[in-house]
Amino acid sequence: MLGKLTWQAIPFDQPIPLVAGSVVFLTVAAIVIWVVAKGHLPYLWREWLTSVDHKRIGVMYMLLALVMLLRGFIDALMMRSQQALAFNAPGYLPPEHYDQIFSAHGTIMIFFAAMPMMIGLMNFVVPLQLGVRDVAFPTLNSTSFWLTATGALLVNISLVVGEFARTGWLPYPPLAELKYTPGVGVDYYIWALQISGVGTLLTGVNFVTTILKIRAPGMSYMRMPVFCWTALAANLLIVAAFPVLTATLAMLALDRYLGFHFFSDTAGGNQMMFVNLIWAWGHPEVYILVLPAFGVFSEVIPTFSGKPIFGYRSMVAATLFICLVSFTVWLHHFFTMGAGGDVNAAFGIATSIIAVGTGVKIYNWMFTMYGGRIRYDTPMLWSVGFIVTFVIGGMTGVMLAVPPADFELHNSLFLVAHFHNVIIGGVLFGGFAGITYWFPKAFGFRLHEGWGKAAFWFNFVGFYATFMPLYVAGLLGMTRRLQSYDVASWHPWVLAAGAGVLILLVGGACQVIQIVVSILRRDELRDETGDPWDGRSLEWSTASPPPAFNYAVLPNVQGEEPYWEIKRRAIETQQLAAEPDYQPIEMPRNSPTGFITAFFATITGFALIWHIWWMVGLGIVAAYIVFVIFAWRDVEEYEIPAAEVAAIDRERRAARAQWLATHARVGEQV
Amino acid sequence: MTRNAARPRRRTHELSGYAAGCPRLAMRIAPLLILTACHDGVLDPRGPIGASDGLIMLNALEIMLAIVIPTLVAALFFAWWFRASNTRARYRPHFAYSGRLELIVWAIPILVILFLGGVIWIGSHELDPYKPIETRGQPLEVQVVSLDWKWLFIYPDQGIATVNQLVVPADVPIHFSLTSATVMNAFFVPQLGSMIYAMNGMVSQLWLQANHPGNYFGESTQFSGDGFSGMHFVMRAVPSADFNAWVGTVQRGSGPALDWAEYRHLEKESQHVRPFAYRAVDPSLFRAITTLSLPPGPGPRVERGGAVERSED
Repeated sequence: MLGKLTWQAIPFDQPIPLVAGSVVFLTVAAIVIWVVAKGHLPYLWREWLTSVDHKRIGVMYMLLALVMLLRGFIDALMMRSQQALAFNAPGYLPPEHYDQIFSAHGTIMIFFAAMPMMIGLMNFVVPLQLGVRDVAFPTLNSTSFWLTATGALLVNISLVVGEFARTGWLPYPPLAELKYTPGVGVDYYIWALQISGVGTLLTGVNFVTTILKIRAPGMSYMRMPVFCWTALAANLLIVAAFPVLTATLAMLALDRYLGFHFFSDTAGGNQMMFVNLIWAWGHPEVYILVLPAFGVFSEVIPTFSGKPIFGYRSMVAATLFICLVSFTVWLHHFFTMGAGGDVNAAFGIATSIIAVGTGVKIYNWMFTMYGGRIRYDTPMLWSVGFIVTFVIGGMTGVMLAVPPADFELHNSLFLVAHFHNVIIGGVLFGGFAGITYWFPKAFGFRLHEGWGKAAFWFNFVGFYATFMPLYVAGLLGMTRRLQSYDVASWHPWVLAAGAGVLILLVGGACQVIQIVVSILRRDELRDETGDPWDGRSLEWSTASPPPAFNYAVLPNVQGEEPYWEIKRRAIETQQLAAEPDYQPIEMPRNSPTGFITAFFATITGFALIWHIWWMVGLGIVAAYIVFVIFAWRDVEEYEIPAAEVAAIDRERRAARAQWLATHARVGEQV
Repeated sequence: MTRNAARPRRRTHELSGYAAGCPRLAMRIAPLLILTACHDGVLDPRGPIGASDGLIMLNALEIMLAIVIPTLVAALFFAWWFRASNTRARYRPHFAYSGRLELIVWAIPILVILFLGGVIWIGSHELDPYKPIETRGQPLEVQVVSLDWKWLFIYPDQGIATVNQLVVPADVPIHFSLTSATVMNAFFVPQLGSMIYAMNGMVSQLWLQANHPGNYFGESTQFSGDGFSGMHFVMRAVPSADFNAWVGTVQRGSGPALDWAEYRHLEKESQHVRPFAYRAVDPSLFRAITTLSLPPGPGPRVERGGAVERSED
């Protein structure tokens, strides 16, 4: 009846996951009870869970990312403390538990923290920057989000029901085959990623379509903000790379479920085929993460420097160059396979060539600052911190791209330090810069600056304190994923990293406090103008938070920095543009399709993991029925009457008129 | 590129000339990383391969630092000088394009990568792990099998084998043939240089040499499951005479002999296995393992949420 699922699946004998799981469960239950008791459920359902508004979906992605970032960080704390204690000692985490923690840490951080953070930012920002009302397929967008949430849910269920993979964040066979890992851990991994991977692929399709086909009048390709370009490149990579991941995991699933031999250790299976395939997805994946972050910096640095981005066309060219070359470097993840000099050299050189694109970007950001009038609000601090950190991380990356150096550093803590250097210094700093930058646009009030700056400095210093010692430990020969060790020379560096992660903990606490304090003091942090940072692109021209339809009238774009032009004209002429002729606006209706599909996807995934075959059938059929019902809908849009549009927009214009008056008095702009 | 390929191959032993400079290697990188007391790891190489790997690593680092340091200094200077509160800085709100700067911006990384590309091309070929180390004498043949979770070292010419302990003559090249009778592992002795994967059903090769007698830490660097942390060993390099004496002791010793039956016992999962030696080894064993005539290890018996019944004999 319930497949492999028995009471034995619950780790009653292991206090750590049991207590952690109970705390999480009780917290979630408490929140749900509070929501229901307070009568917030109808609002939540109507305005958020079934919303197809790209802005709301973006915010939900960010929320998911931040919660999962916290979960992944707790894993990191456990790993650092275990290694600090495990010199000549067993520590407090036995291998079977420690192995799950580092596997979960990597999986969660990449798929359920970094990815949702970048996709969330793209969701919120791209349609606003393009000057349009929504993405191409709004309901699909909602479905993408909920499928991602399904994956995150499945990974977290594994904390208390069964176990998570013990194979590392990429389940290399034959270790990940049924024979060597008979538990359900790898199955949790496979189905969590298959389901969320479908969501990500749909996001890619959605955004490529949106950026290619739906832009405001006059928004030609070479007038798109750099963030839109990087979003386009990242989503092209998603469309090209995620099917590879899906196919690879499907083959692994066939091996595990039906006794196929794609990657097995007998009967002609080839483990290195998996390694090739997974990295053919895996290396583009790191650019899927970091390109949108590059886009964030390309918005933040010009805004706070008070001048346009330097070398716009170079930035676009470098982005597309990275997009293309990122598909030709995957073998550098396993130079130590012994492929021979020619192959290793070709992939090593291709890898270092990517650094050309990144180098160009770094110089362009530098020259954007040159001649600027730089304001150091929190987003700009993250950006300068990024430039410094990412240059160092890029340099160690190119060192690893040199095969003879990689022969000594592969899989060492030097490698671990390198990819945290670029992912924390690039993706996470970019995410935090983006959150602080666009938060007032999303909610109408700024985040608290003091706590934001404290968070930056603790995280910046904490990053170096944690990962510079790991570089050294790697050079001393310490490999990754060690549950215990007895080499004395590694110990001080591991302890130093353990101390560093405590500084990161303080940084993380500052960020939580920043959000709480900002919400409590939102009235004094309120931004009425919609343009708190003196922005340059279109999203700052609408109200904060923007109305459901984003723009009362679609903007007519005439340059690379449309909003900057509008502002300058307004200040010069001392008046706003004439009031437009308001028309009724058609917007897509909210739909529970995504939420319900994901609900059945969760059931299907869980049933597949535990071999509950009737439930698998039920879940798939139900999900399909939901899709059919959606496809047969009669009414897909609702109309916002012209009068309502006019009322909303006149309020915005009043705020802008007030802003213009203060600027007339100061009179220092341009 | 073609010129490099057409040129007669430089012999690796010429690279051992670099090895003489190996103490300098550690000293050169020390101020960079504030590493004052490093007595092991890849910065303190004890053989020609490690010395050359390390030298190339250092060269790559130096090439990049030549450009990274000025870049970082300039970036921080711009960020500081053009702060809004600095009234002496000239505000140029329209400075967004300069053909000359664009040229430099593209040229610097391209030139660096061209140079580095040469280092990569030559390094990949000269230090290909499969490339033999030239020697007048005979290299030592060692067959390596990674098991759950220990290392089996077979000395085919001596007819002995060891577990989690590798004894080799110093100053003699060692030719390793590696495979795995379980999941993937990687064989690595940090002070001697290059690592390589040990893969099931395949044989990879590696040439290493220890220039000086000593005990060198060795480990697996590819995660292989619950017992992974215990998969380390000591590589003891001894003078040639001592090596021959050690071989004789093992051959005449009272240790067990490694035949197929004994091997099937050995390949079962075990952790933190103490080093020991086999006085004799079946000469067909390594080939049988690589061709899967001897099936790979049985794997674990049970895990949470997936009881796999296997009788333990």
